[in-house]
Amino acid sequence: MRTRTSVFALCLAAGLLATTLVSLCTGASSLTPRDAVSALVAGPPSDTAEPADARNRSIVWQIRLPRLFLAFLVGAGLAASGVVMQAFFQNPMAAPYVVGVSAGAALGATIGFVIWSGTSLLGLSGRTLFAFIGAIGVTTLVYMLSRRGGRVLTATLLLTGMAVSALASALCSLLLMVARTQDVSLVVFWLMGSVAGRGWLAVWVLVGPVLLGLIAVYIFSRELNVLLMGEETAHHLGVNVERTKLVLLFLSSILAAACVSMTGMIGFVGLMVPHLIRSITGPDHRVLLPAAAVGGALLLALADVVARTVVAPVEIPIGIVTSILGCPFFLYLLHRSRAARL
Amino acid sequence: MTTAESVIHAASLICGYDGREVLHGVDFNVARGEFVGVLGPNGSGKSTLLRAVTGVLRLASGSADLFGTPLREADRRDLARRVGVVPQASVIPFEFTVREIVAMGRAPHIARLHGESDVDRAAIEAALSRTDTAGLSDRLMSELSGGEAQRVTIARALAQEPELLLLDEPTAFLDLNHQIEVFELLRRLNRDDELTVTCVSHDLNLAALYCDRIVLLRDGRVVAEGPPTQVITAERIADVYGATVLVDDATPHGRPRVTLLRSRSGDGAE
Repeated sequence: MRTRTSVFALCLAAGLLATTLVSLCTGASSLTPRDAVSALVAGPPSDTAEPADARNRSIVWQIRLPRLFLAFLVGAGLAASGVVMQAFFQNPMAAPYVVGVSAGAALGATIGFVIWSGTSLLGLSGRTLFAFIGAIGVTTLVYMLSRRGGRVLTATLLLTGMAVSALASALCSLLLMVARTQDVSLVVFWLMGSVAGRGWLAVWVLVGPVLLGLIAVYIFSRELNVLLMGEETAHHLGVNVERTKLVLLFLSSILAAACVSMTGMIGFVGLMVPHLIRSITGPDHRVLLPAAAVGGALLLALADVVARTVVAPVEIPIGIVTSILGCPFFLYLLHRSRAARL
Repeated sequence: MTTAESVIHAASLICGYDGREVLHGVDFNVARGEFVGVLGPNGSGKSTLLRAVTGVLRLASGSADLFGTPLREADRRDLARRVGVVPQASVIPFEFTVREIVAMGRAPHIARLHGESDVDRAAIEAALSRTDTAGLSDRLMSELSGGEAQRVTIARALAQEPELLLLDEPTAFLDLNHQIEVFELLRRLNRDDELTVTCVSHDLNLAALYCDRIVLLRDGRVVAEGPPTQVITAERIADVYGATVLVDDATPHGRPRVTLLRSRSGDGAE
């Protein structure tokens, strides 16, 4: 088992390198691996560089590298968030969005586009800020509504999440009814999800929350294992169940909300990746969490390569790619899983 | 309980679920070294009592002390190093191996971000061998039979190295041979390892055969308490369970044996 885990870790590392190279080479104008690497080594474009050289360095450093890193961060964040949610609900079909993160982000982003489109803070656009506020706001509301006498029953939380998400979606539609036509298409396009054109700013903003969030949930990996035994058993094994649940829900919502507010809806990563990785590493979170984070980064970076090459020169939103991959995968799981209890 | 050290001391317990009161003032005491059986019909509050004295359920009133400390003031991790609980059989929707499950019993002993020490590994091996599950350690929990899975769950509780072991219907859904196996294991743990054992059971005969003391519940109240011969009598069983039984005290082991008779109200009476 231990050798298998290290072999798998090596495979993931090799996959990351390969994905990086492929991602830097492909796109509207393709580069040879050699050009890509030399542009990467040469650093960001400067005034003194030769024109051809400057063009390659500009493509690599200003367009593809930030986009790749954003895909890495968002993929890792969503996958880790999914791992935590599945342990939280003791259900392998749970995903980061079940407690209202995506519906909240969508509502927030719509408000940002339609009402306060001019707002910005620290260089972040209104839609990003409002999407984050919306995601956290709706998740908090769902949590508060699910409390009964100091406890949160996970089944209640799941159903409340569905109900409040439906309400948020309705409000979203209502706003779009009264919005200007050009705003509507902007909102709809944003909702489809993309890592394109966000630049280095998105990477710098996201790197802190995602890395800290990953470390924080990793610290709870033993509690996550024990929670899979059921809440009552976790209690008997010394876990303060209600407090741990609150912390885990908070961390995984922050992770998902931060990612989604930067990129728009990217579905199924938080569901698929934990499953795929778990089938290789087993359910122990001390291995599963870091492996799923790397796996998520890999998957999203590859999905982004597909998104910009499959009908080039037109780019399709990455959320569409993950959903096209994810839907049959989810149905396959539902069909196969004896443990599905949703 | 003046002679022996008190392990569980619960007085006037009142508690239940969502406003529905299940226990209506229960006194429940267990002394160190005892093997206590909690019996009663369905819905009499057996499992609720177990949940109340382990802090899963909040008390509406009354007090529960474990090892002389009120449950409310006890630290959960400290308590998990002294009290092992085997809940009713439940399905775990993830594919853990037997060893991984048993190793979780060490959770209250291992500090955050630390791995298993030699002490932890020794405790896990001991728990596996005590329950005769060492041969299963690389198997997946989902592949095991009911009896094997139950032994693994007991091994997980033993890996906590508890002084008190609480079990909720450990023989439900098990075949006869596995039922005896589980109770034989509990008796060995009680006699040889000086583990205090409290076991909720629906099986009068098994409890009578193995327990030192029986606590009989009905409708959330204790109706009888004492050695099996005193608690399990034909009149009391008829009264509490509403079933006609024959209780034979002249058994080889000196423990009462309950035989169900056909209901008198039914037809075909002899």
